[in-house]
Amino acid sequence: MNLQNIFSQIEKVDPEVYDRLDTRRKAMKDFARMSGKIALAAVPLAVASMFKKAYGQTPGDVNSILNFALTLEYLEAEFYNNIVGSPGYLTAPAAAQNELRKIRDDENKHVIFLKSVLGAAAVAKPTFDFTAGNGSGTGPFAGYLGSYAVQLAMAQTFEDTGVRAYKGQAPGLQSNRVALTAALNIHSVEGRHAAHIRQMRRALDAAIPPAQKPLKPWITLNYSGITYSPAADMAIQASYNGEELTTQAGVNIVGLGGTYNTPGAASEGFDEPLTAAQVLAIVDPFIV
Amino acid sequence: MKRTSFSPPSENGLSEFGMQRRNMLKYFGASAAIITIGSACNKSDDTPSNGGVDLGTGDVGILNYAYALEQLEAAFYLQVVATPYSGITALETEYLTDIRNHEVGHREFFKAAITAAAPTMIIPSLEVDFSTINFADRTSVLSTAKAFEDLGVTAYNGAGQLISTTGNGPVYLGLAGKIVSVEARHAALIADLITPGSFANTTDANGLDTARTPAQVLAIAGTYIKTKIDASHLPS
Repeated sequence: MNLQNIFSQIEKVDPEVYDRLDTRRKAMKDFARMSGKIALAAVPLAVASMFKKAYGQTPGDVNSILNFALTLEYLEAEFYNNIVGSPGYLTAPAAAQNELRKIRDDENKHVIFLKSVLGAAAVAKPTFDFTAGNGSGTGPFAGYLGSYAVQLAMAQTFEDTGVRAYKGQAPGLQSNRVALTAALNIHSVEGRHAAHIRQMRRALDAAIPPAQKPLKPWITLNYSGITYSPAADMAIQASYNGEELTTQAGVNIVGLGGTYNTPGAASEGFDEPLTAAQVLAIVDPFIV
Repeated sequence: MKRTSFSPPSENGLSEFGMQRRNMLKYFGASAAIITIGSACNKSDDTPSNGGVDLGTGDVGILNYAYALEQLEAAFYLQVVATPYSGITALETEYLTDIRNHEVGHREFFKAAITAAAPTMIIPSLEVDFSTINFADRTSVLSTAKAFEDLGVTAYNGAGQLISTTGNGPVYLGLAGKIVSVEARHAALIADLITPGSFANTTDANGLDTARTPAQVLAIAGTYIKTKIDASHLPS
């Protein structure tokens, strides 16, 4: 864990942090004394105590939301860790392999980051069954390690779900500006990943229902853009239901400002949140 | 520019002023801040203005801020699609047309939402300045598009914490969240058009995107917006 990184992260999202901590000079002095004396393992506790001093609260609800996020990041990180080097992955073009490794690295960094922020409050990594078989290993995605197309379909679903999951938790983090901004800064990265995986799937042109072509970097209506097997398709569809919304805060986006916004375009322009319960139902088959 | 709204100085006006002063020092440099604050002290209210279009205060101020950025993006992509750069591919046309549609939708959404919430506080249409962009040249167009999308992502990421926790605040935060991930999708796609595989090259050592304050964002966007914008009353 890199304490300096955490401080620069905090400073980025909250330029006033040193004012909250008396003065910058004192904070830096405390920080220097701390890092000189305490064992590395104790650093997360020290960070938590500084959080408390700076923001006048021990983040209780905030912790549970960050642990929810951490669980999703564990899922994504382990998924990419598993597929990189797998037989399916090895059939992909070299550039695609590089890109999957880049995403794998980002997700592993998210795990490290959230664990460092949560410190002792961090939940442990669950055991995953990426076949979506609840531990049976025979779920609808059995054999995913052998198929690049299935790997990309799963990656797309995980990324799009991640975007919707973080979005749903943002209002719950409002009491802690640092945590909110950090979550938003992860949220947009998941959006970038999703956009890229979708381009990879378009290039591969496999397992995309013809009626839902062209597959775009953004989500059209409630289209998953994925067809694999009835059981898999049904599981995946839960991650896209509700994305077809074309009215925002009472404003109908269709036709607004001219002919630019068809229902498809109006739905693409806004990603929709999922509640924690919806997300947990989606990922439940993947958790043993 | 006349302010369209006026909030009376609060009891803790002095400490609010202190907060703003620190921000000013940070973002505008010490000497500029001293000059602005010096002139502000002579006014009846204690917030420094630059005489531009006032984004206003509170959540409506943040909505106006987003509306200003969406106006910029929409105007840019309307031009990109109207005058395609030389050598544009069918796929690029498809993507850029989609993005134009989304940005027009965002712009019109904010216009409608602010008009409904606070009809007297909505900012007018802004005048853009695209004189530094060569719309006939792919590199010029795509590098500007990337700059705008990355700027939009950092702007929304930074604005989230400025939205109030009460009233419609959580709803507005939710709406900003619905838009920012689409801006991130745009940013990734444009980056990939420029350099395949560069969709997330903006992330830091922790794998995170970054956030910018309104002052930081407007300093960058200002190159492309002729209308002067006054963000001094936004929450901080």
